[in-house]
Amino acid sequence: MTCCMMNADGVLAMSTTSVSAEEIALAAHSLGEGLRQLDLSVPDVHCGSCISALEKALSALPYVRKARVNLTSRRVTCVYAEKTEDGAADPTGIIAAINGAGYRAHLFTPIAVENDKTRNQLLLAVGVSGFAAANIMLLSVSVWSGADAATRDLFHWISAMIAAPALVYAGRFFFRSAWNALKHGRTNMDVPISLAVTLSYAVSLWETAHHGEHAWFDATVSLLFFLLIGRTLDHVMREKARAAINGLARLAPRGALVLGPNGSRRYVPLDEIVVGDEIAVAVGERIPVDGMVVGGESDLDLAIVTGESSPVAVASGVGVSSGAINLTGSLVVRATKLAKNSLLAEIISLMEAAEGGRARYRRIADRAAALYSPAVHLLALVSFLAWGLIGGDWKHAMLVAVAVLIITCPCALGLAVPVVQVVAAGELFRRGIMVKDGSALERLAEIDTVAFDKTGTLTMGSPRLVRGEAADEADLAKAVGLALHSRHPLSQALARSAGNAATPFDRVNEIPGGGLEAACGDEVYRLGNATFACGAAPPRSTVDSPLSEVVLSRNGVALARFFFEDALRPGAQDAIKELGSSRFETLIVSGDRQSVVDNVAQVLGISRAMGALTPRQKVDECQRLGESGHRVLMVGDGINDAPALAAAHVSMAPATASDIGRQAADLVFFNDRLDAVPQAIAVARRSAALIRQNFALAIGYNVLAVPVAIAGLATPLIAAVAMSTSSIIVVTNALRLNAAATRSPAGGAPKPAASGGEARIA
Amino acid sequence: MNMLIYLIPIALFMGGVGLAAFLWSLGNGQYDDLQGAAWRVLADDESDPPKS
Repeated sequence: MTCCMMNADGVLAMSTTSVSAEEIALAAHSLGEGLRQLDLSVPDVHCGSCISALEKALSALPYVRKARVNLTSRRVTCVYAEKTEDGAADPTGIIAAINGAGYRAHLFTPIAVENDKTRNQLLLAVGVSGFAAANIMLLSVSVWSGADAATRDLFHWISAMIAAPALVYAGRFFFRSAWNALKHGRTNMDVPISLAVTLSYAVSLWETAHHGEHAWFDATVSLLFFLLIGRTLDHVMREKARAAINGLARLAPRGALVLGPNGSRRYVPLDEIVVGDEIAVAVGERIPVDGMVVGGESDLDLAIVTGESSPVAVASGVGVSSGAINLTGSLVVRATKLAKNSLLAEIISLMEAAEGGRARYRRIADRAAALYSPAVHLLALVSFLAWGLIGGDWKHAMLVAVAVLIITCPCALGLAVPVVQVVAAGELFRRGIMVKDGSALERLAEIDTVAFDKTGTLTMGSPRLVRGEAADEADLAKAVGLALHSRHPLSQALARSAGNAATPFDRVNEIPGGGLEAACGDEVYRLGNATFACGAAPPRSTVDSPLSEVVLSRNGVALARFFFEDALRPGAQDAIKELGSSRFETLIVSGDRQSVVDNVAQVLGISRAMGALTPRQKVDECQRLGESGHRVLMVGDGINDAPALAAAHVSMAPATASDIGRQAADLVFFNDRLDAVPQAIAVARRSAALIRQNFALAIGYNVLAVPVAIAGLATPLIAAVAMSTSSIIVVTNALRLNAAATRSPAGGAPKPAASGGEARIA
Repeated sequence: MNMLIYLIPIALFMGGVGLAAFLWSLGNGQYDDLQGAAWRVLADDESDPPKS
């Protein structure tokens, strides 16, 4: 059970994700008969005891009918009754129960239904072609072991009958794709596959009808079988990661509480908010649309929008951006933009533009196919013509050409890339890194520069107490006692750092934009910024200091000062050092103040640090590096990083990142440690090396087999054996990635040696 | 050779039954959570039967 324990930080962080009952009702869908189904993403689920702990916690709720955890996609499906005997059920209890069991839960909208259908179709096709291949193989063995004329014909006819539906059903993926390619005047890997499969079937049928000795039905169908395995792996890997990304998606608020002119309050979906609506934003909620504060005072956490790490005070008349979290007081915001024109939407469109650039990346398999498929066709055509012209036997020439097509058929090539990528993705998943699609690994292996965002990436995005100056120990306890009453990040950091018992207070008020005020007898204690606590301007300029300062005062006299800095992400120093020793260039691109960024860069030993960048400037920086010949890995988390994540050659985001940040990133890492970055690079490089080896093996095999086929010596047995052997070799080679990984210490603090023999980072 | 007349259809039929079982399990969602299924085998207390 120890594997599932959460630390105190995690539990505190969870308390900030509050979801209202209305929002849950919008996310859940009705099943009829008073039942609703709620799908939640629970990214921390990772083992058997997590499953039973969660399901037990949820089943204990009186209105929950069914709770099932899906470990693969890290989701919980919960069916609950809208009404119980006591009245309407309160579905917020579901999230509270999950939090209570020690996990974070996020709402999400399932989008992956369509993808599932393709996977099932592919699996069906694998099943059908496997069934057909096994049966035909059985009959073929009898033929090879010397069945005589009549029996052989019978067996061939049965084989033909089994092969025909399998061919139509399982082969349609290749036929469709090949036809599409040909229609547009291109060729791809599927053209030689379709050609070989149809030709070999047609020739076999013709042979059977003329009582021929050889038929190729077994080769035809088993070829399909192997290729479909590769195709299914490729699909499953992409879809699995995509489902996880969707599962992680903690979407920006789905709606907001709109205040009517007569004081009524109504929960309205986000799209229906119009300019001029007044929206109530409670403490802990995100601002749903860009607007202007018309009532209340508060501090906003803009970390996700601008990267600024310390909260910003807002009051009436101040503009606010969507996505910011309201920290200390409730606000009334008048919408100045529609949800689709708000900052969030603008960033998304910026991101889409950048994504377009990346879409031009060509996968290794496509590049190989472009070279390989014309060569195969040419070879088959040449052998057909040569045998026909020289030998004069056009039927035999046809058989030779088919043999060439089958033997060179990119069956091993079709497996070469997806098998390695699936194995590598599994390996990374075990280390807590999710790969979005296979080409991300290919791109990750090519990078030479790593750009980091600061807040939430190099640092945890939550402040940590570095120094407390107090005349008296008792004052520290008073400060902690006060801090316990607030959700302000600095207060929470102070409360967490409490080594000594907290002093209780009679009455505590939180003053938005200032801090906490408490009365204890006739003395007034204040905890907050210097201006608020001492009633005077701060004695020295702390605005540019890399540290945030909090002051405790009694009746306006300062008693204690506390200094905070954003805690570095664990493993950040090791990761940077490791990247540096592997000769990667590192730099920081951040939206935070330059002084804070410089401080972090100095601690970590990063030479280039750029602060106060807007999202667009981050994109420009990525593009500038790209144009000067560098391949950039962008690591970032905020919404403000999303466009840069999309623009970089490849990108990573922590699981705590904003939803949009995660969707823009190619890889997502779940654990807190930044070691994930060099680890992912090492695995990607190793898998790139394995893919190259696989291509070499598959092509080398063909080089050996093709002369046999051209010489007209390839019997069906040889063709089938050659094909299967090359596939098996390729798969076995891919599994070496696992073997190398188990030798090196997984998870813990990996040494550069973890990158293994052939993948030494150059 | 006469037995082939029985054996081949029997072999095909049994293979077909296996295929049908696979298709059924696929449609039934049994491949949706392979990792979870692997862990559930080890859980000794299946969660309570669904309440009415």
